[in-house]
This record gives sequence, C-alpha cells and structure tokens, in this order.
Amino acid sequence: MAVTKKDVEYIAELARLKFTDEELEKFTGQLNEILSYVEKLNELDTSNVEPLSHPVEGSNVFREDIVKPSIDREDALRNAPDRNELFFKVPKVIGGE
Amino acid sequence: MNEKYEAVIGLEVHAQLLTESKAFCSCSTKFGNVPNSNVCPVCLGHPGVLPVLNKKVVEFITLMGLATNCTINERSVFARKNYFYPDLPKGYQISQYELPVCEHGFVTVTSKDRDKKKVGITRIHMEEDAGKSIHDQAFETLVDVNRCGVPLIEIVSEPDIRSAEEAVQYLTKLRQIVQYLEICDGNMEEGSLRCDANISVRKKGQKEFGTKTEIKNMNSFRNLEKAINFEIERQIEIIEDGGKIIQQTLLWNPDKNEAVPMRSKEEAHDYRYFPEPDLLPVIITESWKKEIAAKLPELPEVRRERFVRDFNLPVYDAEILTLNKGIADYYEDIVKVTKDFKSASNWVMGDVLKIINEEKIDIKDFPIKAENLGELINLINEGTISGKIAKDIFPIMLKEQKSPLEIVKEKNLVQISSSSEIENVIVKILEDHSSEVNTYFEGKEKVFGFFVGQVMKATNGKANPKIVNDILKAKLEKLRN
Repeated sequence: MAVTKKDVEYIAELARLKFTDEELEKFTGQLNEILSYVEKLNELDTSNVEPLSHPVEGSNVFREDIVKPSIDREDALRNAPDRNELFFKVPKVIGGE
Repeated sequence: MNEKYEAVIGLEVHAQLLTESKAFCSCSTKFGNVPNSNVCPVCLGHPGVLPVLNKKVVEFITLMGLATNCTINERSVFARKNYFYPDLPKGYQISQYELPVCEHGFVTVTSKDRDKKKVGITRIHMEEDAGKSIHDQAFETLVDVNRCGVPLIEIVSEPDIRSAEEAVQYLTKLRQIVQYLEICDGNMEEGSLRCDANISVRKKGQKEFGTKTEIKNMNSFRNLEKAINFEIERQIEIIEDGGKIIQQTLLWNPDKNEAVPMRSKEEAHDYRYFPEPDLLPVIITESWKKEIAAKLPELPEVRRERFVRDFNLPVYDAEILTLNKGIADYYEDIVKVTKDFKSASNWVMGDVLKIINEEKIDIKDFPIKAENLGELINLINEGTISGKIAKDIFPIMLKEQKSPLEIVKEKNLVQISSSSEIENVIVKILEDHSSEVNTYFEGKEKVFGFFVGQVMKATNGKANPKIVNDILKAKLEKLRN
C-alpha cells in the first residue's frame, strides 16, 4: 500500500499544514520508506491475537466527583496569543459549527 | 406525508450529566459562571497533563443503560476523535468508539392512539463536551472553555422511528428517563439535552434504506418535529421530481423554518479514531453493576401503573402526572394529606400545570406547598368552602404562601350551610324579582340559574350551592301552588 502525493496532501490538510510541492514529494518518499519498514510486522501471523488498546496493564483509575479550585482566569488566558479580558480570541470562524 | 413513502429516522441524543465536576478533571461543571473561570491545565489541553476519569460518569451511564434495557459491557475503552475547532483546545474529543459502555437496548414509546412501539438503542457511550464559541464579533471568534470536559452521554437509536411524531415521543421518553434517574436535567433550550436526526425516505414496501441526511441544531421538541417534517417533504419532492438525495449535513434554522446544507468543507470529517492512550479501560464487574442497579429509582412506566392501581386514576391522568418526576412527587405529597385522589389529580393537571407551563417554572419553584393543596381539597370535601371559593383561594395561595384555612378565616370565606340563613336570602330575592318568578312559572326554567346567581351575589359566593338549589326549588314550588 504505497502512499501517494495525494494522500500526503490530504493528511496535511487534516493537520492544517501547508507544504510546497517539493516538500510534498519529499514526504511522500519518506512516508513510503517508513511504511515499508513497518511492513515487516505483517510477516507475523496475528490472526489469533486480540488487538491491544493499551500498552500498560490496569483498569479503573478513577477520581471521586469532587470539585477542586481551578486555576485563575488570568493564568488561564496568559498563554493565549490573543485575548480580551474574559475570552480567548481566535480568527473569525465563518459559517456553522 | 405522501402516502407512497415512509420515513426512516434515527436519533443521536446528547445528555449532559449532572456531575459536580468535569469528566476528566476536578473543575466545576456549573452553568453560567464567568467565562474561562472553570478551567485548569487538563481541560485547557496544556501539554503533558493527564486526564483522570470521574467515577460518577461511569455510574450514571450504567444507570442509563440499565433503565433502557441495554447490555452493560464489562470492558469499555475511550477513544480520541480528532478534529480542529477553536472550542476544542486539545484538537481531539475524548469519546468512545469500538467499545462503548452500553449496547443493544430499547425503550417503549406510546403514541397518541396508545399504540406501543419499541425503539432500539444501538449504543450509549461516554464523551466530553466542547467549549463555546461566540461568533457575534466582527473580526474574531471568542472562546469560552468552561464547558470543555463536561461529561456527556451520547444515546444512538436504531433507525426504527417512522415519523416526526414518533421522534418526539422517543425523545420525550429519553428525557423522562434521564430526569427520573437524576443524571441530566433534560433542558433542551439550555442545551443540556441535544438531538441530531438521521433521516431518509423510501417507497413503502421497499427493504433497502434510501440515502440519508443528518439534521443538526434542533433545540426544542417543536423544532425537532418541524425539522423532520421539513426534511421528509424535501426528500420526497426531490425523488418525485426524479432527482437523487445527496448525503449531507443540514442545519435547522428555527427562524426561517428551513434546513440549510452545511458547506461541504465544514462537514468533510475524517475523525481518525484511535484508542485514548491516556485513559485505562473501564471494567464494570458484575458486582459493581449490581451495586449501581440497587440505586435505580422507580421508573416512569412502573410508577404510572402504580398510580392507576393505588390511586384508582384513569391511565390518562397517571401518564400526565408521571411524565415529570417532580410533578409525580408533588402529587404523591398531596395524597398524603387528602384521600380524594381524583380531585388531587384534577388540581395538578389543571391549575398547577397551567401555572408551571405559563410561567415556565420547575415544580420545585411552585409556590404552593403540596400539603396546602391537599388541605384545600379537604376543605371543599368537608363542606367548609365551595369549589368556586376554592378557585378564588388558589391565586391567593400562589401569592401569599399561607395555608388555605388561614386564608378562609382571614377573608371570612367559610361556606354558609345554614339552611335558615340561606332561606332568608332566597325569600328576599324572590320577593324582589316577582316578574322573573312569573317568567319561571311560564316555563322558562333557565331563570332558575338567574336566582342562583342572585343568591351567590348576595352571599359573596359563600352559600353552599347544593343547599341553595334544594331550598330554591322548594320555595318556587310552594309559590307555584
């Protein structure tokens, strides 16, 4: 299953990244190299092995439903590239949600 | 709807859970706080933080699954649903994909004609809410992260629903259940209960489904009904004109009463679900499930049947009284005071619900205490006041929060049941209205009502109507002879 330039464009679009034509060519090659390397794993027969969802053992790590003080709003907004007194500001999102 | 077609509808319902803290961090879930004040590094999506699951979320979804006849999966897993939107700081929503908590359930809905029908529930899973974007600024969008991470359950139905009316019945049922379980307040206008609909149409008798569309943004039962009917008609029209339905997402516009397609770019989603590595699987053992099941309250259908059985009420009454848990509790508090079960039902279904609906208030905020309403009914039945006077006392009780007996004494409203007192009034009225008395003797019996009215007027409505009727009849007959 070779990766095409179109696939790379699509993945870049999903990640909101923009690449030059040159970069797209380069990444297409690199992604194909990585995939053919990992392809080696397909030589193993895993038909009787359950898919692994978590690499660590364990389950049921919970907290009780208790409210603890949050951080200060000022601290929350401090790292924002743009803000007003109360809100984060982002470029206008046009259209529906 | 065109007779040749039938609609196939499935609903996706999101219910905001009534926990104190968020799903994966200890921030408050309180609605209406100052923007960006219920936030912490976890729900802000800062790098390096780890979510920890709120145990109550698991209990609540298990309750919901048990109440809707679902299988509770012993093992369930969280997944990341990836997409970019400013109100989702992490760039993914924590949800469940392949292994939800609940599957293969159903609820029974009752139509207006009292037909019962099962609507299947495909799955119910846990997820987190996103924040809120405010689009009313000219050049930017404002983001409030307070709602980010508030726990939701998503309830996905089978495509078993065949009309807008059935969709409303199904959603009403779900709302009733979450309110009885006290896991969600069920408020559609405030968005704590939200609903999307998948709709397709097909010729009657056809087995395969037609191409479906999805409608979003219906924030009331009225809009749900209108939007579904709109979309069914739109699809039938296209097919009748020889066209094809395009699979797409539409947004309901309640002001214009129409559904408008979202731009294709906005709906081009590829969520790339994968297991959430930051959260371990949830195991609901048989013993934990039993522990949770022990907390199940009496569910609406069981309660309705009990009302019919124990209070001898018509099914119609029992259904209305149990629709909302608070109303049903209120009714049960009244009948602790009075044994006139049917009168209690009439007062609640009539006067009480009228005020609640008009003022759009919760029964918890209704100013008349159940015990006082029970006492009012007893005062009528004991003959202390007439039913008509009771209707006058009711609005005073709404305003003054006094017991009805206090009001009756204060305003001197005790019913006159003394025969001699009433007789004196009647004799005087018949003397003063001799021409009407003659009219009555000429056969115009309607005039009888006029006399009753005059007696009531003279006694400020306090005369016992039955005694007035009896004496008036006797007096008139005496005069006739």
